[in-house]
Amino acid sequence: MSVAASATELAALSRRTRYQLVKMSNASGAPHLGSAMSCVDILVAAYWRALKIDPANPKDPSRDRFILSKGHAGSALYAVLAEKGFFPKEWLDTFAQTDSILTEHPHPHGIPGVEWATGSLGHGLPAGVGIALAARINRLDYKVMVCVSDGECNEGSIWEAALFAPAQKLSNLTVVVDYNKWQATGRSNEVMSLASLVGKWDAFGWRALEVDGHDMEALIEALTMAPDADRRPTAVIAHTVKAKGVSFMEDDNNWHYRIPTTEEVAAAAKELGIL
Amino acid sequence: MRNAFAKEITALAQKDPSVVLLSGDIGNRLFDDFKAKCPDRFYNCGVAEANMMSMAAGLASCGLRPVVYTITPFLTYRCMEQIRDDVCYHNQKVVIVGTGSGLSYASLGTTHHSCEEMGMLRLLPGLSVLAPADPFEVRMTLAAALRHSGPAYIRIGKKGEPNIHASTPAWEIGQTIELRKGTDVALLCAGTLLQECLDTATVLAEVGISTSVLSMPTVKPLNESMLSDVFASHRLVATVEEHSVLGGLGGSVAEWFCDQPSLRARLMRFGTPDAFLHRNGEQEHAREILGLTPAGMSEKVRSRLASL
Repeated sequence: MSVAASATELAALSRRTRYQLVKMSNASGAPHLGSAMSCVDILVAAYWRALKIDPANPKDPSRDRFILSKGHAGSALYAVLAEKGFFPKEWLDTFAQTDSILTEHPHPHGIPGVEWATGSLGHGLPAGVGIALAARINRLDYKVMVCVSDGECNEGSIWEAALFAPAQKLSNLTVVVDYNKWQATGRSNEVMSLASLVGKWDAFGWRALEVDGHDMEALIEALTMAPDADRRPTAVIAHTVKAKGVSFMEDDNNWHYRIPTTEEVAAAAKELGIL
Repeated sequence: MRNAFAKEITALAQKDPSVVLLSGDIGNRLFDDFKAKCPDRFYNCGVAEANMMSMAAGLASCGLRPVVYTITPFLTYRCMEQIRDDVCYHNQKVVIVGTGSGLSYASLGTTHHSCEEMGMLRLLPGLSVLAPADPFEVRMTLAAALRHSGPAYIRIGKKGEPNIHASTPAWEIGQTIELRKGTDVALLCAGTLLQECLDTATVLAEVGISTSVLSMPTVKPLNESMLSDVFASHRLVATVEEHSVLGGLGGSVAEWFCDQPSLRARLMRFGTPDAFLHRNGEQEHAREILGLTPAGMSEKVRSRLASL
């Protein structure tokens, strides 16, 4: 799909990507399907509209960087990278299969386009802060975007990074919180006192804003806002629905771990407009 | 040693524009010269070591050479996963410098002791673990670490450690420095007990025991050919370190030694016990009660040799 694709076309791409994720979970038995589906629109908006990365030159020092800090949604990153042409789509058939390079949690060792190995939460944002700072030291003007989960905002290292980035005025940095209101075993606002998430990022010195994380036009606008004129890093709190797009999965935290059956794959295909 | 570190990192950063110094809110005034000479390459990262370590890996991924500096336990125990996942798994060229290592800060209490961190860190694939003995070895290990193609950890002491060498030795990671050649026992020292080893050799000479003393600033990767030579040419080999006898130099050599059935020499280890220290005291006091002194070590060596 071209860079100039309309928001409507990108929304259709998101639906196809979600179906791809359902198939990948079914084929591999890999969990975290709900977590992967909730951030698809964020990834599509980021890779098609916000980021300048040439799939043919994925190590260009001046490229923009995207880090999926919520590495358990690795299937979504792989699907989007394959769609963008970083590697052949056939690779997706090997996702989480024995001896495949595409491990459940992503890593950059031989997978073009993956910037950082994630899976342990709370690492991607601090690493992204370092990469954003390096742009200043190396006198390059690339942007860095890091997608974290709401559960990941339990981690202290997220808030260490949140304190440091505004102190250094890292306006080339955007964090996107995939706020689907669930973490592995409970409501994220009940497990920890997350609310107000936008208030917290704002109080830490970020330009914090809230968007509907499934509204493609709103996401594109939010993800392309950086750099901020006041030299703040940008925090986009994207309100999402876990397992978005398939009614019998949406907002049901069983899909943090459940694997769809073949019948459920077919039902999901219908709902996503594939068949 | 920390003054030697500050001078050397300042000199190296002036030669190499990719060197970036990250400090965890310590070294008040220590880096004034660095900041004056390289103002855009010093970052006080606050009391937030986990972020600092991952950030360093991020900087290194963009071609920079970050050197991360703060008090050893905060930099290592707290950041173990950041070192593993972000630095080592990505094989980023980060130089991790822990200050006040071992029992340098004995009087500050157990939270400030680090007698286990080499054992933790040397398990990480690709990470060099370095323990310089004196200010010259600090300069030597730092320069070598910045020439190295992978990540490195350097444990240094505090300030006021005596010079043992007369100048900075020519050295690369993995090499050993022989300071005294003997035939009966070899003392292999990683870190700041090197002067105690030399003094132990002097005491042993008085009772007719000929002692080699080797500075072994590289705990990982082990200098295996040197070890083979030393074990073949002495009756007893003793490791010496201000670190637990578990996991550090002694642990490393013991692991290596058990796979060397043809070597006849015996191994003994000097270090700290598998226990926390609760009693107050300066570093010298701690070394005294743990037997890490010329008197304590020479007596144990003499006794062990007598039993062979």
